[in-house]
Amino acid sequence: MHQEWVTLTVLFLPFVGALLAPFLTRFLNHQAAWPLAIVPALCFLHFTGFIGTVSSGQTVTGGYPWFESLDVDFSWLIDGLSLTFALLVTGIGTLIVLYAGGYLKGHPHLGRFFSFILLFMGAMQGLVVSDSFLMLFVFWELTSITSFLLIGFDHAREASRRAAIQALMVTGLGGLSLLAGLLLIWNITGANALSTLLEQGSALRDAPLYLAALLLILGGAFTKSAQFPLHFWLPNAMEAPTPVSAYLHSATMVKAGVYLLMRLNPVMGDTVAWETILPLFGGATLLVGALLGIRQTDLKLMLAYTTVASLGLLVMLTGFGSETAIEAAVLYLVAHAMFKGALFMVAGIIDHETGTRDVRKLGGIGKAMPITFAAAVLAACSMGGLPPFAGFLAKEEIYAGLGFANGWTILLTIVAFIGNALMFALGFAVALKPFTGEKVETPKKPHEGPALLWLGPVVLAALGLVFALLSTFSHGIISTPMASAVAGEPVSVSISVIPHIGLPLLLSLLTVALGVIIFIRLTSAREAMASTLQAIGWGPDRGFDQAIRGIIRLSALVTNRFQNGRLEFYLTATLGLLAASILIPMIALGELPVLPDFPDLRFYEWAVFLIAGIGLAAVLWARDRLTAVVSLGIQGFAVAMLFMLFGAPDLSFTQFMVETLSVVILALVLTRLNLQPSDHRPLGQKLLDVTIASFCGAGLGLLLLRVTQVPFNAGLSDFYAQYSRVIAHGRNVVNVIIVDFRGLDTLGEISVVMITGLAILALIRVATPRSTKTAAPAKKSEA
Amino acid sequence: MQTLIFRTAAPYISSLMVLFSIFVTLRGHNEPGGGFIGGLIAASAAAVYGIAYGVPAVRKALYFHPMAIAGSGLMLSALSGVFSIFHGVPLMTGVWGSFGFLGATVDIATVVTFDLGVYLVVLGSFTSIALALEEREDG
Repeated sequence: MHQEWVTLTVLFLPFVGALLAPFLTRFLNHQAAWPLAIVPALCFLHFTGFIGTVSSGQTVTGGYPWFESLDVDFSWLIDGLSLTFALLVTGIGTLIVLYAGGYLKGHPHLGRFFSFILLFMGAMQGLVVSDSFLMLFVFWELTSITSFLLIGFDHAREASRRAAIQALMVTGLGGLSLLAGLLLIWNITGANALSTLLEQGSALRDAPLYLAALLLILGGAFTKSAQFPLHFWLPNAMEAPTPVSAYLHSATMVKAGVYLLMRLNPVMGDTVAWETILPLFGGATLLVGALLGIRQTDLKLMLAYTTVASLGLLVMLTGFGSETAIEAAVLYLVAHAMFKGALFMVAGIIDHETGTRDVRKLGGIGKAMPITFAAAVLAACSMGGLPPFAGFLAKEEIYAGLGFANGWTILLTIVAFIGNALMFALGFAVALKPFTGEKVETPKKPHEGPALLWLGPVVLAALGLVFALLSTFSHGIISTPMASAVAGEPVSVSISVIPHIGLPLLLSLLTVALGVIIFIRLTSAREAMASTLQAIGWGPDRGFDQAIRGIIRLSALVTNRFQNGRLEFYLTATLGLLAASILIPMIALGELPVLPDFPDLRFYEWAVFLIAGIGLAAVLWARDRLTAVVSLGIQGFAVAMLFMLFGAPDLSFTQFMVETLSVVILALVLTRLNLQPSDHRPLGQKLLDVTIASFCGAGLGLLLLRVTQVPFNAGLSDFYAQYSRVIAHGRNVVNVIIVDFRGLDTLGEISVVMITGLAILALIRVATPRSTKTAAPAKKSEA
Repeated sequence: MQTLIFRTAAPYISSLMVLFSIFVTLRGHNEPGGGFIGGLIAASAAAVYGIAYGVPAVRKALYFHPMAIAGSGLMLSALSGVFSIFHGVPLMTGVWGSFGFLGATVDIATVVTFDLGVYLVVLGSFTSIALALEEREDG
């Protein structure tokens, strides 16, 4: 297929854009938003090219081999579900890049911001089109990491840092759960790609480990999509700049969990567990999110909690198990991405132009900001489910899908009803309260923002209207293919803006009526909610802090126990354990070596022996430590000479150098440590140390003797000797092993050498608070 | 150590050691030697020079920060390992090429650059430790 390399390029394009962003921003400042928006726009255009194929019911797959030995491909799967997501991610991404240019105009780290947001877009786009499990997981984690970077963008504030770490911990743990779940599915079904899994039908459902796999997958999906009681990270993530909140934390990333559930619905859905757990958690999240939202006064936080509620609604609908519910989920997902993205951007504009986001301190700015006002009202109408907006279609379908078949569905319908009414009130509170009513003094004089700012919300809000008005068209290209992909069989979405008389319409009217009542009495509802929460006094957010504090306390306890800072303790423990671990098994298993006869030594061998002996004696009788260190070097040199005599020049060479350098470095360290020059250990301590040292020496010596008495398997050395010249063009077998046959080991080893060097450097720096050059850090460490 | 003999001899000794370390590294493929041992010799050369003339002189002579040398060595080694995948063979496979030089055929391989990377890492890491320790004596 000729399109394969184009798709591959498109998948990597945002990452290239992320590399270019800082440079472009350096030259163009905030105007860099225009060229940078081309990147997501190109991706968007590429994906529109799939609409024809996908809407005719076909699935596009493609890819390249990745790890052939593991049968893992870099492959993508584009059907109605992934295409809709990809269009949302890239389309809203384009608008967000432009919006960010206006919102963060003049920010010193604007280039970095563009870079992060494009990185995220690349990750999210990859996530939704991934076919292979591994690719899905990698992109999934990438979205968590970029989300961490973006939430913590304003890293000088502690609240941002805390929110970023919290989000990373929650979604990161969920990611691990997802990985385990995917591996388990791979194990059960033998499929390591979504496309092959989807072809298998109900194999996964009937497997005995189905429930375990389901719970692990839900662990990933629920953390990412902020389901109660793991919802707390999402409102905290509002510490991020508003473009991020609009993009990641309402329109795209938080829907990744919903995406995963929808994706797996054909193979994991339709079971009792699925249809109990999902509506239960989704319904709870919907209610909790909407109720907590009532309590908020910050525009962004109000929206954030409605996002939590909406995600709950989506999970509930996905798990409900009827085709109409799935259609409703699809419609709501698309409508939500548009109206919530728009409302978040509106909140950002208000904040940007007036200097506050507190709904109590805002009023009457509609005259000064007519375009923003219009966009806000359009978006709120969609959010409130008024005709003729996309939200209306979704709400009709929700009520039609849930129905009144039995007690369980009635309960879910009531939950959806209350949640929708609360969200109606909150949506209009954000869209009307700041703009209407009496004019209130704001920190900045309000005026309309530049086109970069209002373009995004206007486009998104208008799309919500167009989507519903041209419902036949939009169902054909978006809703029907997506719903079919989620249901796993062809379904057709046909709802239009012309109301049908029936129960859903009645419920819609009641929702609006209740919503209006809550809207009017919002202030008293807020106070009631606040006092209730105060009475409860504990939430998962505080629980998170307590858990973190507990972990830190535990690790401090363990660390202080084992790392008491006394070098003698470490050395005694390490060497004592070494001696024990060699000698005890050797004696217990009767593996002591047969002591060989003492060989006839030549005179020069005696000489080397003598030198080693003199070195050792000098260590024992040395008056001061420096002499002892140097004397130990003599013994080391003698060993190096032994290597030489017995035909191991490489080893001997290295031994000479290591001995030299360790004597030099040890001598330097000793002079730094301000130790007393001579040894003042009490006799008991000395005896203990001598015993441990002797046991260590004896143990290692016996071990070596024993090893040489085991029959020697020459297979490996023959292989190296035979092929060192032929394959690796080298006669020095030792070196060929190091740099060629076992090169990867060497690469690991030199990394260790380098990191050790860095660590030692850091330790030396830490230990010198009063260095001559670094006066400033010294002050800090004293404080 | 500020003896006259040592101070006079140190530059010659250390430059000879550096030369020898390169020689040892390059011949490592066929004779005893190699990047690790070569790096150790070069680090000793820096230590000798440092004992005679002090740390600032060594830093000036090295020009780059020793840790930067080690880092670039690590990168060189890693890149030499990666190079093979562009030839369609697994990671870390030595890729060989030969060219004529003064009438002789010289075989050159990613293995050699890999070994040079090892040399730089060892040189950089050990030198930076030794220098940091010596520096505190002065400060």
